[in-house]
This record gives sequence, structure tokens and C-alpha cells, in this order.
Amino acid sequence: MHSTTMASSHSYSDSKRYWWLLGLVVPTLPFGSYLLVEATGWGVLWFWPIVFVYGLLPALDWYIATDQDNPPEVAVPDLENDRYYRWIVYLFIPLHFAAFVLSGWVFVQGGLVWWEALGVALSLGAVSGLSINTAHELGHKKGDGERWLAKLALAPVFYGHFFVEHNRGHHKNVATPDDPASSRMGESFYAFLPRTVFGSLRSAWQLEKTRLARLGKGPWTLQNENIQAWLMSVVLWGAMLVWLGWLALPFLLIQSVYGFSLLEVVNYLEHYGLVRQKTESGRYERCGPEHSWNSNHVVTNVFLYHLQRHSDHHANPTRRYQALRDFEEAPQLPSGYAGMILLAYLPPIWRRVMDRRVVEHYNGDLTRANLHPPKRAALLARYSQTA
Amino acid sequence: MAKYQCDNCGFVYDEAEGFAKEGFPPGTAWSRVPDDWACPDCAVREKIDFERVEDE
Repeated sequence: MHSTTMASSHSYSDSKRYWWLLGLVVPTLPFGSYLLVEATGWGVLWFWPIVFVYGLLPALDWYIATDQDNPPEVAVPDLENDRYYRWIVYLFIPLHFAAFVLSGWVFVQGGLVWWEALGVALSLGAVSGLSINTAHELGHKKGDGERWLAKLALAPVFYGHFFVEHNRGHHKNVATPDDPASSRMGESFYAFLPRTVFGSLRSAWQLEKTRLARLGKGPWTLQNENIQAWLMSVVLWGAMLVWLGWLALPFLLIQSVYGFSLLEVVNYLEHYGLVRQKTESGRYERCGPEHSWNSNHVVTNVFLYHLQRHSDHHANPTRRYQALRDFEEAPQLPSGYAGMILLAYLPPIWRRVMDRRVVEHYNGDLTRANLHPPKRAALLARYSQTA
Repeated sequence: MAKYQCDNCGFVYDEAEGFAKEGFPPGTAWSRVPDDWACPDCAVREKIDFERVEDE
């Protein structure tokens, strides 16, 4: 039930208003590790942010009920214009940068044994991965200021081309075979990962090359937004290397690769097997509620700024997170994204849980699904009798 | 000079102003914008989805 849809703008109050502050817990997790290790002397606590992402969030999703509260349309303009919601997203960035600096310093100067150092780098990588979600929220907005902040947020993880590719590539081509960031039924996360990483890089470069060609320029210019964003990373990483020496390099690489892999595993589960059909004109049908996997698990929704209300996000990419709605007709995941990440790492279990959901979604007709080409014949044969 | 609006996010292309970042200088006619050009704000609509804004 969407209990608030009849309310007027004046009577609507956002039940999650103060819960959104929890998003700021994420970049403070490495500080928590530091204090916990200082207090106990237990090096294993450097892994606390990893435990938070893979253990605590899925457990809380399991334990705490889902939330289907939608703001009434009349309340949306006030909700979107309330600057409180923006500032708590902006604040993520300085906290993330501070955690990045602290973690790099501890990694190099902390006198850690190798597995403790690995814990520090992976933990900051988890924060960097979640910072891509922060950049994602900002990069979709219309103002130049928020778009600049999106690029800044992507600097530590060195994934600045995401800003270009996600908005103008993924959103345009989502749930089609043309999109490197939409996973296909039968495609394991480990097959998807290199395809999305390199495919998205190629797409980002091509998008800017096309735009710059209209300006009469080649791609090698400071007007290329990929280059702008990458240069921020070069400056930031360069400063860390000058300050801490070459020993900072493994830290920078580990947190980056792990961070963007965390983003890509979320990409993996957002559109698995779903595809837009071609219309008579030869264009793909518009992206609708049926083309994204959603979840109303409130804990992950709060930490990911309603990313799991993914169908509304794709229908209305510029809509701010606090105003995103649950669509009852959208396909639902059995758990929040945090829990589904764990399944995605284990392909046999992922397939057992998700493939039958794709089959049900298409009423047994898998010719309408997005199938991994090497598995296409086998999948069609296996599920044909259920049609 | 006419204006055309994205029916998803409200972005307006004004022929008089063009859109320099996308390579359309002021005065670029809508007819010279490629058909597959996507809305620069939401990217989920293309030129052929835009609606002409009637003058007040």
C-alpha cells in the first residue's frame, strides 16, 4: 500500500528524512577501524568496513522490514528543493577524502603486517566503491556544480569516466545488448566484470569523441570530460605518492580496483537478464519499470540513496534520491542489493535464485530476455518446456 | 527561432542560443541537430522525442 499518495504537500513528511544521514556513516568507517584497532590492538578490526558492507548491511536488510512509502506528486517539488538532502550528499566527499588520506598514511607508515595493510586498502576500497554511488547521485543533476562534485567524488577511485558513460551511455542503452553495463542471463559476474569495465571505458571515450567532433575538435583536449576527471585522479594520486613514496602505489591500486569492482557488481544485479524490446520503428521501447530489478529493503536503500528504486531512477534520471518512488509492477529482488552482491560472487547460487525469476518475469518466454550469447541455446532448451 | 523541450526532464533547446557544449552554436536550427542526439540532461529521450514549445 502506498499510504501517502492522497496526502497534500503540506501534510507529507518524509519518514526517512533523518535516516538519510546514515549515508555519512560510510566514509567514517575507516576512522572507526582506526579507533577500534587503537583501543583493542586487534589488527583484524582493520576489516571492519568490509564486515559492515558484506555482513551488517545484508543482516539488517534481512531483519528490518521493507518500506514502500512514496511521496505524493504534489510534495515532490518541495522535497527536491529542500537543500538539506543535497548537503548530506555533498558532505560525503570531504569525509571520503579524509578517510583516503588517513588510510594511505596508515597503509604506508602504520607498521602493519601485510594482511593488516590489505585490510586497510580493501576497507578504503569499500568506501571508494560506495563513493561511486554518491558521484552517481550528483552526476545526474542538472547544475554544473553538482556535476563537478561528481567528478571530484570519483577522483580517489580513479573511475572518472563513469560520470560520462553512466549518464549518457548506460541510461541511453540500458537493458539492451548494446549496453556493457547491463548483465545478461547466463552471464556470471566474472564474465560480466571485464566486459563492463572495458566496454564502459570504450563507450565513455566514444561519447566524448563524438561530442567533441561536433565542436570540430579531436578527443585529446582538456574539454574532454573523461580527461578532466582523470586529471583530478592524477593530481590526487600524485600528491599521495610524493608524500608517502612508492609504497602508496599498492594502496592506491587495491582500493581502486576493489572499489570499481564493487560498483560493477551492483551494476551486475540491476538489470540481469532484462531487455527492452524493439518497436516497429526499429528503436528500442522506452525504459520502463519492467527493465530494472528493484528492492524496498530500507537499510540498503538509505545507504545507497534509494538506488534500489531503480526503475523510477531509469524512468526519471534527474529526479533526486529522496523523491524516487517504488513501482509495484517493477521486478523485485528477494533481498537488498547488499545481500544480492554476495550471491553474485557465487554464480551457481546466483543462477539458482535469479534465473527462475527472469523466466517468471517473461512468463517462460526467454526469447524476450537478455541472454548471454554463449549460453543462449542451452538456456532456451532448458526453459522451453515451461513456456 | 523556435524552442524544443525534452518531455522527460524539461530540458529546452533554444535555436537562438544553441548549445555550445554539444557543438551547436547560437542560431543552429533544430533541423541541423542529428536525429539520434540524446537529451544532454537525462539522456533517455532523443531529438525526435522533443516537443516544440509554442510561443506565449
